Amino acid sequence: MGKQETNVVDVRTPRVSIAIPQGEKGDNGQAGAAKEKPLKMRTQGVNVFYGDNQALSEIDLDIRENEVTALIGPSGCGKSTYLRCLNRMNDTIEGCQVEGTVTLDGENIYDRTVDVVHLRARIGMVFQKPNPFPKSIYDNVAYGPRIHGLVSSQDALNEIVMTSLTKAGLLDEVRNRLHEPGTGLSGGQQQRLCIARAIAVNPEVILMDEPCSALDPIATARIEELIDELRKNYTIIIVTHNMQQAARVSQRTAFFHLGVLVEFGDTERVFTSPRDERTQGYITGRFG
Amino acid sequence: MTVSHMSTSKLTAASLHRRHAVEKRFRAYGVVAIVTALVFLIILLSSMLSKGYSAFFQAQIRLPVFFSQDVIDPKRTNSSEIIARANYQILVRNALKARFPDVKKRREVKKLTMLISRGARRHLRAMVAHEPSLIGTTQEVWLLASGDADMFLKGAIPRDIPEKSRRINDRQIAWLNALEEDGAARMRFNVNFFTVGDSREAEQAGIWGAIVGSALTLIVTLILSFPVSVTAAVYLEELSTKNWWTDFLEVNINNMAAVPSIIYGLFGLAIFLNVMHLPRSAPVVGGIVLALMTFPTIIIATRASLKAVPPSIREAARGLGASPAQVVLHHVLPLAMPGIFTGTIIGMSRALGESAPLLMIGMVAFIVDIPQGLFDPASVLPVQIYLWADSPERAFVEKTAAATLVLMVFLVVMNATAVILRRKFEKRW
Repeated sequence: MGKQETNVVDVRTPRVSIAIPQGEKGDNGQAGAAKEKPLKMRTQGVNVFYGDNQALSEIDLDIRENEVTALIGPSGCGKSTYLRCLNRMNDTIEGCQVEGTVTLDGENIYDRTVDVVHLRARIGMVFQKPNPFPKSIYDNVAYGPRIHGLVSSQDALNEIVMTSLTKAGLLDEVRNRLHEPGTGLSGGQQQRLCIARAIAVNPEVILMDEPCSALDPIATARIEELIDELRKNYTIIIVTHNMQQAARVSQRTAFFHLGVLVEFGDTERVFTSPRDERTQGYITGRFG
Repeated sequence: MTVSHMSTSKLTAASLHRRHAVEKRFRAYGVVAIVTALVFLIILLSSMLSKGYSAFFQAQIRLPVFFSQDVIDPKRTNSSEIIARANYQILVRNALKARFPDVKKRREVKKLTMLISRGARRHLRAMVAHEPSLIGTTQEVWLLASGDADMFLKGAIPRDIPEKSRRINDRQIAWLNALEEDGAARMRFNVNFFTVGDSREAEQAGIWGAIVGSALTLIVTLILSFPVSVTAAVYLEELSTKNWWTDFLEVNINNMAAVPSIIYGLFGLAIFLNVMHLPRSAPVVGGIVLALMTFPTIIIATRASLKAVPPSIREAARGLGASPAQVVLHHVLPLAMPGIFTGTIIGMSRALGESAPLLMIGMVAFIVDIPQGLFDPASVLPVQIYLWADSPERAFVEKTAAATLVLMVFLVVMNATAVILRRKFEKRW
């Protein structure tokens, strides 16, 4: 049942109206006839424990290549924990146990033989609060390629830095001050610097943990534009509190609640005709 | 609603007076504490200054010295060896007798000679060695006064106590007064104090040997304690997993900080001297002992600074794929440097002022020569102060106070450096 106009979800106490723009959502807008992109990452039966507390139960999720997958849900539902499972950042947390399989291109990343350092070069991460290193802007972006040995000459490094800053939409603003400290930029610029830093390593997947929650609306809009651009070359998984953002930016949405994956599907379908009543309740603002 | 609003306001107003009084008292307590500390500091400094400033000046006496050929080189060989081995004390005695011709009896001549330092003969020897053409001439030479004469000329010997209780008798006082009236006695800045080592003669004693010994010992301490402590702290804080073993280590490190320093000295004596047969009283042994004492200070300061680095930096680095060592070396350690420097300099300042453990490893010996290397016997400033404080001669009292002042200057300089370095590194972050 493909609908042609913008849709408003109609329930008893509507507080929010979600407008889903048609157009670019091309393939996934039509039910059933979409050409599905290949599978990039898959999680099966993931359980996460913090000590005795179970934070996530039996999460099965497929992430497709060159798509933006949004993870939404109320505070404390486990979305950030899930995100951190995908690049093994939970390894650094004391008392955190991860069970189940998480595969990248078919290989289990929790296998003993996997080198975590190499994994994190393939899966980059952008954090909620911008955290540039207290080094120059140039060194911030150059750090990743340097430590992974991606370049052999200064020229190649310059090129990577310029390209990354361009892709992150930051180059024009900082072209003349590449050697000033990265911490001297505004919040939105710092977050774009962090994104540039992450893509300088040329990852395959980029994880974003609420990247815009510390930013003003204009900076947020720029970053959403950026995500849409980046989607062409990278697979992006974004955790967000902002449902409108999820609707604008993503092709697939997963709704988490109390550590359980309640619903997962095409963004348009999840927001217009959610199958689970918890999803409906969250989307319409009844809770969360 | 307005009624409850007003009664709150009234109640608050009533207690306001009492609260302001408490505020004023609280401030006053703080001011009293600071003033008390300052008063003690001023008392300490002024007592040291008043006792010690005179040590920076030395009395000299001008005498007509006849460089007699018969005394220096009777056979007229012109050999430098013969000239060096001559008895210059005779020249000094003759010069004094020439100045005071009415002094004839042997005992009186002896008292007269005691007005000039024994080091004067070395001075004359150096003069002749430098310029052999002096032989046969008479020169007015400023010679170093002896310790007792020096004390008298500085006014440190009271003249109203009976002669037998004094080190200077009445005749010597008369001679010194005569010299003063003639303008043949003067005070000069005591450069010697900073250029020579210890001596039995108070007027010739200097602290240069102790300064060199302290410097060498501290260098060894720094080289040993800094890398080991920082590495240990980084390992415990960043790289190890938390289990009962690391807890055990932490408790023991904290205990090390509480152990009395003399125990480290005894340990040094037992192991480094008796078992390993390292040279006694050498800066290398002193440095190792002090390094053991400084480990806990630097480890604890480093751990605190590492903890203070925000976790967001570590996460960002890890998220990019940095290995644990790269996270620490490239990001955490540079940011923790201010705190590490402060801890190191505090540890070094404490090591500079320690004497008990060094006494145990033999630095209580009387060392005259300036140590040339790490394995030569040496003394350190606090031990030198202790040795001079032990000496009953009046002339050593001012030297003790002066050496204390020099030590305090070093400590102030080190701590000021710590503050400056800290400020400089903090700006970057």
